[in-house]
Amino acid sequence: MSGLMQEMSAKALRLNIPLNVQLDLTYRCNERCVHCYLDHDDHGEMTTSEIKHLLDEMAEAGVFILTLSGGEIFLRKDFFELLEYSRRLMFCVKLKTNAVLIREREAKRIRDLGVESIQISIYSHRPEVHDAITLIPGSLKRSVDAIRFLTSQGLRVIIGNVLMTHNLEDYQGVRELAAELGVDCTTDPTITPMMDGNRSTLNLSVDQNALRNVFRDASLVGDVDEFCAIPPKPGESDLEATPCSAGHTACYVSPYGDVFPCVQFPIPTGNVRQQRFVDIWRHSEQMNEVRSIRVKDLTTCTSCTHVSNCTRCPGLAYMEGNMRGPSTQDCEKSFARTGVPSANMLAKQRSTTNLGNPSLVQIRALSASTSPAGATA
Amino acid sequence: MSRLYVARNPRVAARSLDGEMMIMSGRDSTLFTLNKTATILWQAADGATPLEEIVERRICPEFEVEPAEALQDAEILARELASHEILQISEEPIPQTNSPAGEAR
Repeated sequence: MSGLMQEMSAKALRLNIPLNVQLDLTYRCNERCVHCYLDHDDHGEMTTSEIKHLLDEMAEAGVFILTLSGGEIFLRKDFFELLEYSRRLMFCVKLKTNAVLIREREAKRIRDLGVESIQISIYSHRPEVHDAITLIPGSLKRSVDAIRFLTSQGLRVIIGNVLMTHNLEDYQGVRELAAELGVDCTTDPTITPMMDGNRSTLNLSVDQNALRNVFRDASLVGDVDEFCAIPPKPGESDLEATPCSAGHTACYVSPYGDVFPCVQFPIPTGNVRQQRFVDIWRHSEQMNEVRSIRVKDLTTCTSCTHVSNCTRCPGLAYMEGNMRGPSTQDCEKSFARTGVPSANMLAKQRSTTNLGNPSLVQIRALSASTSPAGATA
Repeated sequence: MSRLYVARNPRVAARSLDGEMMIMSGRDSTLFTLNKTATILWQAADGATPLEEIVERRICPEFEVEPAEALQDAEILARELASHEILQISEEPIPQTNSPAGEAR
């Protein structure tokens, strides 16, 4: 983030302005990615006029960066109408898409409308791997062709490369593909639970060993020693800090008008079909609760070695059951980075040790002779 | 001196944050903030009103400055903003298309 953007973000935080909003236009999708956290049925998306009304309200509330995402945004027949309307309101518009439906004509239109950047999901440079994740044959070729159409229009494209068990070996290949295409690339090992709380997608997360290797790859992290260093003891300012921008300068709106602090933080705070966007932002009890949390208020994490530079996601913590609690996935990342277990991991270890081996607990319970205080099995 | 017309570049993104105008360049995503004079100029740059008139009606009353001096400064400012592709300047009125226009708030 540039210095000036940091300054503007600080000002927005002070003034309680939602500078940055992700709006999902649809959850429908033309791919079926194995790790996706969404249900792809349409449960009553906002209409064109409802979305335009919301865009007016968001401009009025001070939203500057608008990320249009999904689902697959190009499945909405009114996509360009909404994009044009967004740009007329002078939002800085970013798109997230699989790009399968972008050809030369769409790329030109996106250029003409002054879109800031387009993030495109690429899982591998090898069709057999990428297409096995999207479950759509030919999808890698379509997406890569689209990147070429977009860059030929001078547009900024960013490849988003999510790492999971299926494509762990391929991130260097994706980075080489990005270099060949002349676009940026981000690599992210975070797999999120489904929005309905189903955690089965987490089985696709890369394991501790693999994470450790990824975090020691200088081509990804830069200075490995610095990236993997044990953080210094937290200062007062670290403990007074806000955990992340969710609910502070950023929020998320679903295709059905539900407002959440972030796309990864599914605590409902209100619906724009019933309330004005700015009223939800300013007055929602849940939004204000999220907003009130400081690092010093976190259970477990305040005593953790990693607290000053942890990537803890409050949304993932919420999905684990406590928005003030740890996010185990981020604990694992901190451990993989530094080799030092988090306070959460140590607490879990202690709890397991106190119980003994869980399989032995069951055996002991079955034996009356070993039950304490004369308990019978 | 010929008349100058100024128009907001439709390729930028813009938002007023508590009266301070943030502008993101459409060329390279550089972020700018405009001072009070530049903000007035930006907001009045409709492509149809001559710069001279913007200065007389919007800038002079705000800053209690002589019109000739203000016009000279405004021209320098307009050319600087144009060099960053934030404004368009022309000696003819600049038609505003239906593409992104100046509805920044």
